[in-house]
Order: sequence, then C-alpha cells, then structure tokens
Amino acid sequence: MSSALGEPNAITIGWFLVFIVLSLGITVWASRKTRTADQFYSAGRSVTALQNGLALAGDYMSAARFLGIAGLVALSGFDGLIYSVGFLVGWPIVMFLIAEPLRNLGRYTFTDVVAFRLRQVPIRIAASVGSLAVVSFYLIAQMVGAGNLIRLLFGIPYEAAVMIVGGVMLAYVLFGGMIATTWVQIVKAVLLLAGASILALLVLARFSFNPLALFAEAASMYGANVLAPGRLVSDPLDAVSLGLALMLGTAGLPHILMRFYTVPDARTARTSVGYATAFIGFFYLLTFILGFGAMVIIGREAITTFDAGGNMAAPLLAEGVGGTPLLGFIAAVAFATILAVVAGLTLSGAATLSHDLWVNVIRRGHADEREQLVVARGATIVLAVLSILLGITFKGQNVAYMVGLAFAIAASANFPALVLSIFWSRLTTAGAQASMLVGTASTVALIVLSPTIQMDILGNSAAWFPLRNPGLVTIPLSFIVAVGVSLLQPVPLEEQKFHAAERRLHLGVESG
Amino acid sequence: MEALAAARWRVAIALTIAMMVVYFGFILLVAFDKPLLGMQVADGLSLGMLLGALVILSAWVLMWIYVRWANTHYDAAIRGMRR
Repeated sequence: MSSALGEPNAITIGWFLVFIVLSLGITVWASRKTRTADQFYSAGRSVTALQNGLALAGDYMSAARFLGIAGLVALSGFDGLIYSVGFLVGWPIVMFLIAEPLRNLGRYTFTDVVAFRLRQVPIRIAASVGSLAVVSFYLIAQMVGAGNLIRLLFGIPYEAAVMIVGGVMLAYVLFGGMIATTWVQIVKAVLLLAGASILALLVLARFSFNPLALFAEAASMYGANVLAPGRLVSDPLDAVSLGLALMLGTAGLPHILMRFYTVPDARTARTSVGYATAFIGFFYLLTFILGFGAMVIIGREAITTFDAGGNMAAPLLAEGVGGTPLLGFIAAVAFATILAVVAGLTLSGAATLSHDLWVNVIRRGHADEREQLVVARGATIVLAVLSILLGITFKGQNVAYMVGLAFAIAASANFPALVLSIFWSRLTTAGAQASMLVGTASTVALIVLSPTIQMDILGNSAAWFPLRNPGLVTIPLSFIVAVGVSLLQPVPLEEQKFHAAERRLHLGVESG
Repeated sequence: MEALAAARWRVAIALTIAMMVVYFGFILLVAFDKPLLGMQVADGLSLGMLLGALVILSAWVLMWIYVRWANTHYDAAIRGMRR
C-alpha cells in the first residue's frame, strides 16, 4: 500500500507550521500576562470550568494514547476497550476524593495539601521524590514517543524531532507559564476532538451511520474474536493490579492535580472534572470507532507494514477516508498533542523543583515574588534540557512500560499520602513521609524485578516478581505504612491542626 | 461543620466504592469469563462491548449524582456557614 505518510509534503508541513506559529502566538500573548508566581504556576486562578475541563482532558489525551489505543483496537479489537475504560474510571475518584479539597488547601502543587498541617521540610522532600519520579518516567515515555512518531509522520530524524519538541515547549512554558500551557492544551484538545469526530463520521458514513454494521463487518472479515476479550488480560491478578494503578494513579499525577489551582474556587474545580470526564469518555468511544474503522477500511496487514505496534492506524485511516489533507491535519494534531502534554509535565516538574524544594525547603518559605519567578523559570530550563537528553538517551528502547510505571508510582507514592492527609486526622509527618518514600521505592524495585524488565527487556527466562504492574502490592503497602507509622508515634499537635485544615477544606481560603 | 464533613465523607466513599465495584466487576468478568463477554447480543455487538460502554456510562452517571448532591446540599450548607 502506498501512502504519503512519513514523506514530507506541503500540506502536512503547512499544518505543522500553523501549529508552531499558533502556539508561539499564544505564548507572546500569555507572556504579557505572566508577571507573578501565581500567574506562572496557576494562570492567575482565572480559568473557567469548561476551559479547565478541556485542558484536563487535553493533558490526559496524549498522542501515545490516541494513536496507541486506535492501533490496539485495529490490531486486537475488543482489548483496546479495556485500556480505555481503565484510563477513564480514575476521573470519578479524582472528583469524589481529591478535586475540591485540593483546590481549597493548596496553592501550586499537591504537596501543599499534604504539608498543610504537617512539618514542611520532610514532607516536601519526600513528596518531591515521588513527583519527580512520576514526571521523569512520564517525560521519557513522551519524548521517546515524540521522536518516533514525528519520524514516522513527517520523516524528520529522531534527534531533530526530540529537539524541536523540547525547544518549542521550552519557549512557551518559559515565557507563557501556565497561561500558555493551558491555552495550547485547550486549542489542542478542541482540534483533537474535532479531528477524531470528523474521522469517525467519515468512517461511519460508509456504514450508514450504524456502528454495529462496522463491528459486524470487522467480525466477518477477521472472525468474531475481534469482538471478544483476547490475550491482553490473561492473568486476573495482573489485570486487577493494572486496573488499580490506572484508577488511583490518575488521582496522583502531579501535572493533572496542578490544574485544579488554575480555577477560582472548589465548585469550578468540581464542574471542570465533570467536563473533562465527558470529553475523555467521548474521545475513547471515538477511538474505538476509529480502531475498527482502520481494521476494516485499511486492513491489519497494511497497518503493520508501517508500524508493527499499530501506532499508524489512525493517520492511515485519515488518509484512506480523507486523503492527504486529512492525513496532514491528524499528523499535525498528534504533534501538537505531544507538545502540549510535554509542556504540562515540564511545568509541574518545575513547580516541584522551585516551589516545593527551593522556596519551601532551601529558603524555608521566605522568597519574594521576583525570586520565585526567576527560580521557576530556571527550573523550567533545567527540565526542558533534561527531557531532551532523556529522549535522546532512551532512543530505540522499549519505553512503553514507563507510563505504567509513572501511574504505579503516582498511585502508590502520591495518592495514599494525599487522601489520608485530607481525610484522616491522625496522619503524622513521619507516617506521610514513610508512605511516600516506601511507595516510590517499592514500585521501582518491583518493576525492576517484574517480567517486563526481567524477561521482555533483559531476556531472562523468569522474573522474581510475577506481576507486570505492582499496584496490587505497593498501593496497600503504602497505606499500611502511613497508618502504621502514624499510630505508633501519635503527634497530638498535628491532629489538632486537622480541624483548622478541615474548616479551610470546606470553606476555602478567603473565608477561612 | 463536623456533620457536614461526615456527610461529604460518606457520599464520597459510597460513590468511590460504587465505581470500584462496577469497574473491577468488568475487569474480573474479562479475566474469568471471556466466552460470555464474546457472546453477541446483537449482530456486531458483543456483551463485552456493551458492558464496557456501560462502565463509561456509569462513570458519567455517578459523577452526575455527586455534582447534583454537591451543588444542592453541600454548597447550600457551605453558604449557610459563611454567613
């Protein structure tokens, strides 16, 4: 099968340039509004519920997930749905347990909430370890994915692609801060949803707008197995473990949690999660249609000749039903998606380095506005350079497990301490600190001992630890450590402060 | 204040458990009874696909319940306390 995919052509490059110019335009506009630390980290807390819903959905709809899940559905049918559902069900948990208390108790990072009534320095250091680990693994996965995708989509060499992403992202995070990061994310989310909807409509038009006719056609071409669960979930324990990490990890991702500070109050935070979940659910249903569309219209063989993992299913489908212009558009949207997600990650990593570590640990909370901004921008440069270096270092390596690792650390290191600090009055500094450190260390250790690293990457014949995702062990472990350590050494003073915190949790800062 | 905190806690936990039961019920069915989920309830629609879509739908419904509760009961109680 011949395709314009991967060959530079005027339309694709045109769309690509439109996106770069658009995001730099947003940056110039945003940079005029970014004068204080509040504006840099949290867009001046002026983002509306719908805007934040789109930005949250944008952070979550990464290129890897758009192309990857469409490809998974195209190659294995039903199994793609298992992932989609897992990624979605974390959002209700975010809304029920996290969003509003987070908005009312914190300023810039989720660590603000954990540290609120506990001792600042030990909590900030322990939480930074978990946050930076999540951000780094997520960044590696995104940068390596970016290099590969841009090479496949535009024919640009891997290293150049990584540097373009790092460079453009640096420009807009550095000068535009959270305002630019949010607006680029919103623009991209709208384009991605629009592009996927158009594509799905063009596919369904061939089946008289009846998705069931599409699925039935797939079943008659490739057998009824495509509609049934396949090999993805073979070990029930592993499936539950992965499910737990996906569900609770969402509520511990620093770059997602940071977005709740960009809205004016708790009610807006709540509504924005509702919008985000609606968009993400709709997006996954579309991806399911696109995957089956690619399976039927393009065919499995043609998809795997371009990329064995199926990642090119959606772009090939775009070309199949809409020609080169639609291919160019979808490819450019995928690029914008990479850029926007990497920017969100970098900004949240920079907030951890500058707000948690520099301002609250090294300067003990005494840093003026100017110094905070300078340090935040310095940290952004450090992280951007680091992400380019990581992207180049991990070139050609299988990094698919790193997103799972990031989710597992978020679920085991960040989520238990965050939830307990909000809901349990007897949590102590030592308990939270131990929980975060044990959560991070045990997750990394068990992943290293798992079949993913031992068998798939190192080629050993057996693994020390049977599960591919350690969540089933590490999440309960982290909760037990937090509760055990807190009960062994109660700190009455910290318990008393819980009631003051509870007041602010419900009433917010202004009237506390 | 304590009554409100307890009410919020109860609603949050009940809905969280409901979401977990629905989701892990689906995952365990996928793990333990693949033939059942492969059964076609209509031409082109397997039971598994229907249930997967229903899990997404139930996430929306649970959130809608929470937002309604929070917007009416919780927010009103907060406003009362601020006065």
